[in-house]
Amino acid sequence: MGWLMMAMQICGVVVLVAPMLLLCVLGIPALLDRQLSERQISWAVLVANSVGLAAAVCVLAGMLLSGERSVPIELGTWVGIPNYHFAWKFVFDRLSVPFVILSFSLIGVIGAFADQYMHREPGYSRFFMLYSIFLAGMIVTSLAGTIETLFSGWELVGLSSAFLVAFFHERESPVRNGQVIWSIYRVSDAALLLAALTLHHQTGEGDFGKLMVSGTWPDGEARLTEAQAILVGGLILLAAAGKSALVPFSGWLPRAMEGPTPSSAVFYGALSVHLGAFLLLRVSPVLERSWMLGAATITLGLATALCGAVCGRVQTDIKSVLCYASLTQVGIIVAEIGIGWRYIPLIHILGHACLRILQFVRAPSLLQDYRAIENAIGGSLPSTMGWFARMLPTSSQHWLYRFALERCYLDGLLARFVVSPVLAVFHACDRYERQATAWLNGRPPTTTSPSPAPITGGAEELL
Amino acid sequence: MNQLHLPFLELSILIPAIGALLISGLKSPNAARKWCLVCSGFTFACTVLAWQDFGLLHMNEASDRWDLIATLTGYQLFVVDEFSAPLLPAVALLYFLMTLATLKTKMQRFSFSWSLASESARLATLACRDPWAVIAFLALGCIPPLFELKSRQRQLRIYGLHMGLSIALLVIGWFLVGLEPDQKLHSLWAIVPIMIAIAIRSGMVPFHLWMGDLFEHGSFGSALLFVTPMMGAYATVRLLLPVAPDWVLRGLGVLAMSTAVYAAGLSMIQHEARRFFCYSFLSHSSMIFVGLDAVTPIGLTGALCMWLSIMLSMTGLGLTLRALEARFGRLSLDRYHGLYEHTPGLAMCFALTGLASVGFPGTLGFIGTELLIDGAVETYASVGVMLLLATALNGIAIVRAYFLLFTGSRYASSVSLKIGIRERFAVLLLAALLIGGGLFPQPGVLTRHHAARQLLEHRRVMLGLPPLPDEAHEHGGGAEPAGQPGPVEGQEPAARQE
Repeated sequence: MGWLMMAMQICGVVVLVAPMLLLCVLGIPALLDRQLSERQISWAVLVANSVGLAAAVCVLAGMLLSGERSVPIELGTWVGIPNYHFAWKFVFDRLSVPFVILSFSLIGVIGAFADQYMHREPGYSRFFMLYSIFLAGMIVTSLAGTIETLFSGWELVGLSSAFLVAFFHERESPVRNGQVIWSIYRVSDAALLLAALTLHHQTGEGDFGKLMVSGTWPDGEARLTEAQAILVGGLILLAAAGKSALVPFSGWLPRAMEGPTPSSAVFYGALSVHLGAFLLLRVSPVLERSWMLGAATITLGLATALCGAVCGRVQTDIKSVLCYASLTQVGIIVAEIGIGWRYIPLIHILGHACLRILQFVRAPSLLQDYRAIENAIGGSLPSTMGWFARMLPTSSQHWLYRFALERCYLDGLLARFVVSPVLAVFHACDRYERQATAWLNGRPPTTTSPSPAPITGGAEELL
Repeated sequence: MNQLHLPFLELSILIPAIGALLISGLKSPNAARKWCLVCSGFTFACTVLAWQDFGLLHMNEASDRWDLIATLTGYQLFVVDEFSAPLLPAVALLYFLMTLATLKTKMQRFSFSWSLASESARLATLACRDPWAVIAFLALGCIPPLFELKSRQRQLRIYGLHMGLSIALLVIGWFLVGLEPDQKLHSLWAIVPIMIAIAIRSGMVPFHLWMGDLFEHGSFGSALLFVTPMMGAYATVRLLLPVAPDWVLRGLGVLAMSTAVYAAGLSMIQHEARRFFCYSFLSHSSMIFVGLDAVTPIGLTGALCMWLSIMLSMTGLGLTLRALEARFGRLSLDRYHGLYEHTPGLAMCFALTGLASVGFPGTLGFIGTELLIDGAVETYASVGVMLLLATALNGIAIVRAYFLLFTGSRYASSVSLKIGIRERFAVLLLAALLIGGGLFPQPGVLTRHHAARQLLEHRRVMLGLPPLPDEAHEHGGGAEPAGQPGPVEGQEPAARQE
């Protein structure tokens, strides 16, 4: 079966190379200020996705034929000096293969959809440039065999997400929302990198495979003590919370709907929003080492699901309704991971991503659908209150309505208790510095520093 | 001592020095720019040749052949070693690109002769190891901004006070070190003045006010050229690292780490593009000190990698901001400017160099940041959190500045404001170096590792410590067995085998 393993290895490399080549094909002309035509871009996207998907399916077929549960792809040592080695290692296993096939399928579908949707938009090539970064990031993250490799893909996904939310950049609102998302992603990235460092210093390994005592995903047991697992797992939970918009970071998800519909569909409805859950699945043996981590994961998931369900009830535009529906499902998936299930959350992710992407791409024609239904029934669609709401007293209904309308006050709480105090300290420091500079220069000290701009899209707008 | 094939070091110092003298007599800024470009181009070529020639020798250090100063004085002043070899062309490249990317609108304000003079001083500093000569060249390097501030009729007080104090403390400190020739461990009276001098020169909190003042009142190009070669870090390597005890270096590292976080926070709330750049640079450059002061091969390797990465990326970012200023004047960060439509090339360069500075994957800074944090964590237990916090804040600040400058509104202009060919060449060259170095980091990291080991060996000799374990022995480190705690303090960490 040696030839089969070699064929799988070759296909695995093709899976990795296809998105990288797309990134080069679209990125280098952009850097040189050369514009590719829409036709060239759409062909490049189609070829990269098709080749990548075909290669991934071949790997799956090979794994099924050979019974291999894990196919590692090692691209050699990237950096090697005494006491430090960094190698790009990827792994095809029962978690990564479905996720990578899902990624190629959905991103490919959205590429074809966006080719029509973005036709003759001024930012067509910019959209596909960011799209290619996202594709590369998703594939690297899905197949990462080490936490450092995963981090590289994770960052690419974050960057493309933030810039795609700010895609319509001639308006302030998308840009501000892009900034908020980037800020939360940076916190999430920092937590993940810290987890990677902690893991290294506790075990000397960042390799997911070697992290386990034996077995491949989902079996195996982490080589960590309970205390070590709590530290690493806590950081990973924080990273996942930022990426998947779990409580208390849920506020960024509706903001992400400012981007073009194709990117909203593939990022926040289908793939990006599930990355946190994917990460938790990948390190699930670490979570299993401590019941506290499991409990925290379940709590976080259920709180997010509840938040999504409540807020989704009061939304007035279809993309927001869909994003809260996504949030509810992601919360449930995370709770499932906390319980200790492995295949159920994976299947849940696959099913949910496919359903949601369909709903998102149908969203622009929703009004037309409603009109067709109303014409057919000869009147307005009935609007009824759910049984739970009817059971509540009116005052509670009003309170709950406001609570939902304010998105569970999560953004407000973060802004008040985290962002504002930090910014206040830095503003005060800036003010004193200016006064000290004026004094040293022999000028009269100014009593006021330039006041923070009311709406600048700056740090004040982080949340 | 081994000799280069030609006197490249002296040529690279003399060419800009003579060029500065010749250009100072020219009236036309256009002619001055052309001659400055020629001089800095030749200088850059000489430094590249010196670097390559040194590489071919496979030696730890080398001096010029037909060394003029050695012939006249009998003293070998200029020497290149593994540490300084790539720094010379990197610094010469900054000067060359700065001259190349200077637009007509900036020619009147930017002094080409002082730029060449400062290049000469900077390269002389990098090409010598003798402590007194380093101090003298550091002092010389402080002069051009003084004259520029004076010619612009700005206050010299803050800059002059800080630089004067820094040089005075260096002189006092090294004089006191010289009074203790028999001591391996020098007294605090000798070490602390050097440490404070370096903190001032590097703009560490609370000695950083001069940097903001220089960016605000000097020309952007000159300020950029003054700070980006990071001469404070060079002084640390040449003056402090060989003689200071570990705890002093760690103290400086803690100060640098605090500066990194503090400056990153301030860069996030600035209202002017120049001050944003200043704090962002301050934060990045302070991170290097954390690695330098960790005194471990990995930490020092990370710091040396970051040095090159930050020098190139922050210069690229600065050149982009300067190109924007040449078109739109000083830029505030109080509102959205929406310049993307007119300058998409500059927007891309800004994003690329900015992300490279925060160590984004695929750029030169990525592996440097990894090494730096990994090495520093070995020395300071909680340093990783602080460095990551600074990196996160810097990332937020860079993207905030990008959004405020390039997006959020539409800028109306009837004339083309697109990036020019010379500017494009400058930023693309830097971008190519950053991405190329990021995709193929091994050669660079390896040379920086050798340089780091060389510096640490020298330090151990100076302090009378046993030599470092040889590399073959270090390779023996492996993964910890299951359930075992990580490496104990004082031990080398286990090999990383991702």
